[in-house]
Amino acid sequence: MKKLDIQKIRSDFPILSRKVNGNKLVYLDNAATTQKPNSVIDSISNFYKTSNSNVHRGVHTLSIESTENYEFAREKIAKLINSPSPETVIWTRNTSESINLVAFTWGEKNIMSGDNIVITPMEHHSNIVPWQQIAKKKNAEIRYLPMSNDGKIEFNNIGKIIDSKTKIVALTHVSNVLGTINPAKKIIDIAHDKNAVVLLDAAQSVPHMPVDVSDLDVDFLTFSLHKMMGPTGIGILYGRKQLLDEMPPYMFGGDMILEVSYEKDAKWNSLPYKFEAGTPNFADAIASGVAVDYLNQIGIDNIWQHEKLITEYAMSKMLSLKKIHILGSPDFKDRGGVISFYHEDIHPHDLGTALDQRGIAIRTGHHCAMPLVRSYDIVAAARISFYVYNTIDEVDAFLYSLEQIEGYFTK
Amino acid sequence: MISQMGGLDGLDDLYEAIILDHYHNPRNKKFIDNPDFDEEINNPFCGDELRIQAKFNDDKLEGISVSGRGCAISQASASLLAEYVEGKNVKEILNAVNIVRNMLKGEEISEKDRENIQDIDALSGVQKFPIRIKCALLGWTGFYDLINANLRSS
Ligand SMILES: Cc1ncc(COP(=O)(O)O)c(C=O)c1O
Repeated sequence: MKKLDIQKIRSDFPILSRKVNGNKLVYLDNAATTQKPNSVIDSISNFYKTSNSNVHRGVHTLSIESTENYEFAREKIAKLINSPSPETVIWTRNTSESINLVAFTWGEKNIMSGDNIVITPMEHHSNIVPWQQIAKKKNAEIRYLPMSNDGKIEFNNIGKIIDSKTKIVALTHVSNVLGTINPAKKIIDIAHDKNAVVLLDAAQSVPHMPVDVSDLDVDFLTFSLHKMMGPTGIGILYGRKQLLDEMPPYMFGGDMILEVSYEKDAKWNSLPYKFEAGTPNFADAIASGVAVDYLNQIGIDNIWQHEKLITEYAMSKMLSLKKIHILGSPDFKDRGGVISFYHEDIHPHDLGTALDQRGIAIRTGHHCAMPLVRSYDIVAAARISFYVYNTIDEVDAFLYSLEQIEGYFTK
Repeated sequence: MISQMGGLDGLDDLYEAIILDHYHNPRNKKFIDNPDFDEEINNPFCGDELRIQAKFNDDKLEGISVSGRGCAISQASASLLAEYVEGKNVKEILNAVNIVRNMLKGEEISEKDRENIQDIDALSGVQKFPIRIKCALLGWTGFYDLINANLRSS
């Protein structure tokens, strides 16, 4: 592992030097969205200043440049996840749209009455609600993989849940609440044995650790660029080529057609354009490519090692605090850089407001996973989540403030 | 970095002593017999929950019980409500809710109204934390709606 110069990395993020309520910002809400380096911010403004033009539309210089940069960004994403080719990488708005696309095209075509859809109890709402909707429409059943108290999938009876009627298994790679890293490969193999396809929600994995779609042999993979230093408004759907080819389009209009006549049905464009109706968000797509460059320059593996270090440090300290309860596994080795917790006597919102007075930004609430949070018999939790620019000092500032806040509310 | 950090004084506007006292020692929490209504209200976004029971004699509130779980602001504010409204008539209660609403919106409150609401004035600091106004109002607007739904219809 390369020793990272975190201070140098931090200097690339202008927001990290801002003050909040008189204190230096300590940003620990990275699972919600991450901050952006100068190169990404500059990419957006430079694009509008020098290169703005619609893609795939004209023969003039600007349009050609814009199209090339847009497709080059797609290639960078494809390389990052080791997609066999860029044409199986589809631009969407975010993870939620990517999952909806699969549910309402692939699902619409392939899920029939009596079939089942398997998900887990630790899904984000965006990997629950689309499946509930398609299940209702198709008279299909939603099944949940069993999960232990410390947030791990249990495999004992998995053959009874993923069965010959299972059409798709949709699960999160890393839980945005519990931090659990699910054994994706193992589940993909089990599902494939039953001829089911697998959608892996990689919103919390691709930004933080190496993910290889070819090695995983996964059918669909979804993530959001705003959670990996890129701009908002850009998501990715990776799909196996054969599946994408067989799927009907999601939205209709310009760019997604090959031929349109007044009388007959239109002919669909080839991949990936079949799924990209209308003028795409090319300025942000190009900036997403710049975000990937930035991640590669640090090295995804180095990012992962750094986050593990910080997570281990924070977990070991928090586990010794009597009134703090951590959701999920107490073993940091099984976790991504996400720690959800609650304090016995202080409500997460009071904690969140108090930490904010110190410039420390954490997430509080149900984390878009209401059923999961409720299963711990609480209605809300607090969460800290890390990225490569977080430091041990910041964790210390958080822990120190936690102790002071405890004093404040129990005085 | 730690040495650069200031105290938590900024919090005192939000968590006045009266608020923390009501949070730690909520008033009128005990359930009452034969309430006219007994309902739960909540804010699904932050998970604050309240159960409100009320018993009226004509239009005078004879008994009230407020219990629940949630943040200090929502629970203390509900306890302040429970303490204040007991023994008052419907008109006085609805008037108090309007004063609290206006106060939290940052509107000017007359000296008379301020005297009228007594300890509830402690909630005025919540204004500076706009995201928490909903917490402070949960019990008040909830009770207002419950009165309208349960008493006006009968
Ligand atoms: C695991 C997981 N899945 C899906 C999402 C949804 O991502 P987005 O809001 O970008 O659609 C998130 C982000 O909140 C997430 O953490």
